[in-house]
Amino acid sequence: MRNPGTTPSTRTAAARQARKPLPAAAVAALCALLVAGCSSSGSSSGTGTGAASGGKVTLTVGDYGTFGYKEAGLFDAYMREHPGITIVEHTVQQESDYYPALQTHLASGSGLDDIQAVEVGRIAQVVKKQANKFVDLGTAAGVDKGAFLPWKSQQATAQGGAVIGLGTDIGPMAICYRKDLFQQAGLPTDRAEVAKLWQGDWAKFLDTGKQYQAKAPAGTFFTDSAGGLFNAVVSSSPLQYDDASGKLDYKNSPGVKAAWDLSTSAIQAGISAGLKQFDTPWNQAFANSKFATVACPSWMTAIVSDKSGPANKGKWDIAAAPSAGNWGGSFLTVPKAGKHQKEAAALAAWLTAPAQQAKVFTSVGNLPSTTGALSRPEVQGAKLDYFGDTPTGQIFAATAQSINPTVIGEWDGLVKDALTNGALLSIEQHQSDPAKAWSTAVKEIDDKVSD
Amino acid sequence: MLDEAVPATAPGGRRPAPPPPRPWRTRLYRWDLKASPYLYVAPFFLCFLAFGLFPLIYTGWVSLHSVDLQTSDQMQWRGFGNYTRMLHDDLFWNALRNTLTIGLLSTVPQLLMALGLAHLLNYRLRGRGFFRIAMLAPYATSIAAATLVFTLLFGRDYGMINWALGHLGLGPVDWEGGTWSSQIAISVIVTWRWTGYNALIYLAAMQAVPHDLYEAAALDGANRWQQFRHVTVPSIRPTILFTVVVSGIGATQLFGEPLLFGGGATGHSGGAAHQYQTLGLYLYDQGWYAFHLGRAAAVAWTMLLILLAIGALNLALVRIRRARKGS
Repeated sequence: MRNPGTTPSTRTAAARQARKPLPAAAVAALCALLVAGCSSSGSSSGTGTGAASGGKVTLTVGDYGTFGYKEAGLFDAYMREHPGITIVEHTVQQESDYYPALQTHLASGSGLDDIQAVEVGRIAQVVKKQANKFVDLGTAAGVDKGAFLPWKSQQATAQGGAVIGLGTDIGPMAICYRKDLFQQAGLPTDRAEVAKLWQGDWAKFLDTGKQYQAKAPAGTFFTDSAGGLFNAVVSSSPLQYDDASGKLDYKNSPGVKAAWDLSTSAIQAGISAGLKQFDTPWNQAFANSKFATVACPSWMTAIVSDKSGPANKGKWDIAAAPSAGNWGGSFLTVPKAGKHQKEAAALAAWLTAPAQQAKVFTSVGNLPSTTGALSRPEVQGAKLDYFGDTPTGQIFAATAQSINPTVIGEWDGLVKDALTNGALLSIEQHQSDPAKAWSTAVKEIDDKVSD
Repeated sequence: MLDEAVPATAPGGRRPAPPPPRPWRTRLYRWDLKASPYLYVAPFFLCFLAFGLFPLIYTGWVSLHSVDLQTSDQMQWRGFGNYTRMLHDDLFWNALRNTLTIGLLSTVPQLLMALGLAHLLNYRLRGRGFFRIAMLAPYATSIAAATLVFTLLFGRDYGMINWALGHLGLGPVDWEGGTWSSQIAISVIVTWRWTGYNALIYLAAMQAVPHDLYEAAALDGANRWQQFRHVTVPSIRPTILFTVVVSGIGATQLFGEPLLFGGGATGHSGGAAHQYQTLGLYLYDQGWYAFHLGRAAAVAWTMLLILLAIGALNLALVRIRRARKGS
């Protein structure tokens, strides 16, 4: 074919000789190629590390948002202490992207990182359905179960007593507010006085919002989003989406009802900027000073400082919320599919130990979930550079003490998302009727949580 | 392959009086002749079996079960339950409607623009090669990168498009929030990405149109627009049909653009009120957000059936045209 000028006779002889082994060889080569292609994409974690035969081990850590380990220099410190170990972090910006991917990897048993973070809104689901896919960290070397806040470790404990997740941080909630905007709207700016404006009652928070909006600087809103307000109110309720036994019961929950009524009134009063939390426009709105308050769990301080930027440094302050609550917080787990479970468990234990949690807090603001770290002087006395002289450590550690442990359930994340990013956002964007938005969301949730 | 095989049988197969008769060798040889072609094409078909047909059939099997992604080793027989549930779900019909409207909004302008562009590029232009490559650039850009940039452009508060509209005295548009605005925005992304690709396909077809047709048309006094309508378009009709089918398939499966357009929080639901949830997103929302793999598989099969229906319609149209021509 390539050379039509060749004479037929020599060509046939040559071809006959050459052709016999050729198909077999070609097929073998192709198969080898295919197999190689499949296997290399199949097991991404742990390959190419030269296995654990006393050589080097690469541990991968999958997480989302800002866990603060890199920022606090913890990975580098651990690698210095353990020369045989290399740590690679795989970070996804949003948890709502991260969790479906984690589930796909768990289902296929490949592509998993040695350590995988799980958010509190999902941990109940993982504990209930997938405990057998994770290493019991309660019995792993270097883990001190008693160090964690009891309710925190309880959330990651499976029925048989296996602890499948070690608590990283908790999210005691306060309110971050802009001093300059408050002043322009004629509101007090001192954090004690601000806290008094709404002390004890979320309805007062709404009233303050109306007061602000009446004299608001042009183009600004009192708060960022109705969804954020909703989450804040639900977080401070003793019972949230589930009844006392952990069964989904959001329709009859007084906490959900109060939060819904309050946030829909906030939309109607025009005090919400109508943004979608954690989305790009929301990030941009921080830098452009579009809203004066945001419900502020301790981990939110990292976002506030990062997104508001240097131009707004010193303008934010933090006041106590109308009532104490916990919003968010995460766990580190070790999937059984990992190749270096022992090393991974040791790393997870080290990262969640009090000394390291304290370091994370002082560098990015994620509040420790161990009692030991919470009482450390460097946590209690911590101040975040971005927030000036605000005693962040004191405010959040004090809130952490007054959190009432709540019941969490397997559908919390899904219900929260459908109500905030679905129903409430559709009211903000489409001026939907709140009653109709609620019934649409209920229909959708009921359909999704049924088999 | 042919020019090797034909002479090999003719002189080689009937060589008179072979010294030691080696029947096994002849048999092997004959077997080789017959089997080799199949072996050569086997890799493709093995791949197709493993990665095309098997998943297709297995998806159909899964769609008859209730399967949770988190415990995917347990399957419960459900018959056609997943399909009846889907047909009673408002969100499915909403997604079907959105897929259709976004499909029309993106495909029609896209193909018309591609035709026009191809026609212009078919003239002798200075820097023709540059324009042709430039048109293919959007196609070579990753969906994620393109969509993220467009999402910024279409931002409600700080997007460039609203900024430009503001200068024209028009109010800001909440592109992602509105129903039509979000669908138009997504269609713009799709159109931007695929127009150049289709234009190149048209261009290739146009270059195969015999030049004397244009000359004859010009002699008859046809201007360029008339030449385009009466010479170019009829000549490349099969190509146009091809692009319509391919774009139709692409529109039915639209997924990446709306997902990324909405971002992490509302991408899977296609907006707060599902205003741009396509069938692909509906499938993803059910399967990878609520973890109902069986339901997702049912949606996937429904999408396949829709595509087959489109294909059948296309075939029917071609047949009708041919029959008319024949009569």
